[in-house]
Amino acid sequence: MAENRIDQRFAALRAEGKKAFVAYLTAGDPSLEATPGLVQSLEEAGADCVELGVPFSDPIADGVVIQLAFQRALDKGASLSGVLAAVARIRALGCEIPVVLFTYYNPVMRYGFEKFVTDSAASGADGVLVLDLPPEEAHVERALCEKHGLRWISLIAPTTPDERVPALASSASGFIYYVSREGVTGMQSSVSSSIPDKVALIRRHATAPVCVGFGISNPDQVRQVAAHADGVVVGSAIVKEIEKHATATDLCEKVRAFTAPMVTAAHGS
Amino acid sequence: MSIVQLPDERGYFGTYGGMYVPETLMAPLNDLAREYESARKDPAFSTELASLLKDYVGRPSPLYRAEGLTRHLGGATLYLKREDLLHTGAHKINNAIGQILLAKRMGKKRVIAETGAGQHGVATATVAAKFGCECVIYMGEVDMKRQALNVARMKFLGATVVPVKVGQRTLKEAVNEAMRDWVTNIRSTHYILGTAYGSHPYPAMVRDFQRIIGDEARAQILEKEGRLPDHIIACVGGGSNAIGIFTAFVPDTQVALTGVEAGGRAIVPGEHAARFAGGSLGVLQGTRSYILQDDNGQILNTHSISAGLDYAAVGPEHAYLREIGRASYAYATDDEALEAFRLLCKIEGIIPALESSHAVAHAMKIAPTLGSDKIVIVNLSGRGDKDVQQAAQFVGMELP
Repeated sequence: MAENRIDQRFAALRAEGKKAFVAYLTAGDPSLEATPGLVQSLEEAGADCVELGVPFSDPIADGVVIQLAFQRALDKGASLSGVLAAVARIRALGCEIPVVLFTYYNPVMRYGFEKFVTDSAASGADGVLVLDLPPEEAHVERALCEKHGLRWISLIAPTTPDERVPALASSASGFIYYVSREGVTGMQSSVSSSIPDKVALIRRHATAPVCVGFGISNPDQVRQVAAHADGVVVGSAIVKEIEKHATATDLCEKVRAFTAPMVTAAHGS
Repeated sequence: MSIVQLPDERGYFGTYGGMYVPETLMAPLNDLAREYESARKDPAFSTELASLLKDYVGRPSPLYRAEGLTRHLGGATLYLKREDLLHTGAHKINNAIGQILLAKRMGKKRVIAETGAGQHGVATATVAAKFGCECVIYMGEVDMKRQALNVARMKFLGATVVPVKVGQRTLKEAVNEAMRDWVTNIRSTHYILGTAYGSHPYPAMVRDFQRIIGDEARAQILEKEGRLPDHIIACVGGGSNAIGIFTAFVPDTQVALTGVEAGGRAIVPGEHAARFAGGSLGVLQGTRSYILQDDNGQILNTHSISAGLDYAAVGPEHAYLREIGRASYAYATDDEALEAFRLLCKIEGIIPALESSHAVAHAMKIAPTLGSDKIVIVNLSGRGDKDVQQAAQFVGMELP
């Protein structure tokens, strides 16, 4: 099996003593044509991994910013097959940034999970995160991902009981996504104070790196969180920035400029 | 049949059900399942629930022999299970009372709920008022307009009614918002989900709180007729009133069970809410069941004259009962439901909810085809006061 880009990138960061910056954007917003260029601009800004959101009509774990981005993408006809084609175009541009497909279960179930996994691997994706597929329901899906060289990204939440953490953490691959607060995705004015303890607990049981997301939206917050984790995920803030400049001819440049200081904050920690 | 033993410990009815939720909700749902199991075995819980159902809700609800309707249709003898006579006007209160007692056990001081027709919102606001809980109800903006009377009732009962302005602005979006609220306020809040849908343990728990409908109906018909009925008919949105009346009769395999979905204007995508007629297997809002979706797995818009049936998914136990052949599912169109609504008003002096009118509409189709020795029970799940203004508009009635 070829080396997975996620593993390679985190190994390199670890060797340099750096923290990862993971960027989220919704595929298809403002259009599927724009998505590869936006991913390229995130790579140019220094991001270490990109989570590509697969639009879904009923995103129960997402706040209003990403809900609206999904709606815009769907209104423009975005579909899972379109997203996978966009991943292939990202690779055709020469981007080597690790790509995680961030999705709800129903669109991939409808597509056929095995076909989704083989097509994802063929298009150049590196990992899969299915929001509403907890480990109890994910045995088959997870095994399929592993068989085809995709990392199965697991979520751990503040509500995850301490006794549930070891099993989740020790079986994780790629990286662990620690959802830093109870709630949906979206920007917050402060970061949760419970992050250090929970991340420390996860790290005691995990070999995979631990990235922290949900509610992180500026360089200061990135710096605060990166001090306690292996990486930081920023989503809604970037989606908001894309929304703000959706029609601008220099959209990619705007997004790169917006993201770069947060990358610096993560890498410098 | 050992169907009542289901779901299994992972929340499955056959291949339907389960827990398809983000990790943040797993522990709270497991806690809820544990708390519910312990409550079920606690005689003090059962005693308090029974007492409230009797004196506060007004149970048992009558099983009424509908002579006028029977004569008019000229076939089987029709009985109506009068859930419309309960406090707050629908079966939803059975579940709301059960869940508020659970909230109290768990020390949750805030309750939230989704509502479509407003009956579950009113039931939740009612029990929250009685037990002194803060109450927030999520309701689609479209539904708030067509069920304005129930919005006013919820407000008088002290609830905050939050309009949901995204998507189609009906029940599905209200559930999404309630789930987002719950995940954000999980430590203080219990989500009183109103139907036999969603992640485990809700489908089983809501069924258990609603099964009193069928338990009573079974005893009542045995007392009145000395035998079991031939048919049970109930409308199916998420499916709580239907599973409530079906459950006691599931082992009685000679009793035909029929759920009636909303056929809307036609069985064309976006024009109906008949999941078994126009849907396919999927995962939505925590469970695996039949849903209305497009080829890309996006959830389709729905339409029904009745806000309570206007929903893209059906409870997992119904999918299971259908698969094993124990229940069958039909649909009634908007026009058929409206005709049933008018007929029941005129010849029985009962104004049914538009939801329940779908069940009556199906009875109107099958009763004339059956002999006079046959017995049909229709679950009249709610009263139609809330629908009068909308029905008047549909039939073009001039209001002062």
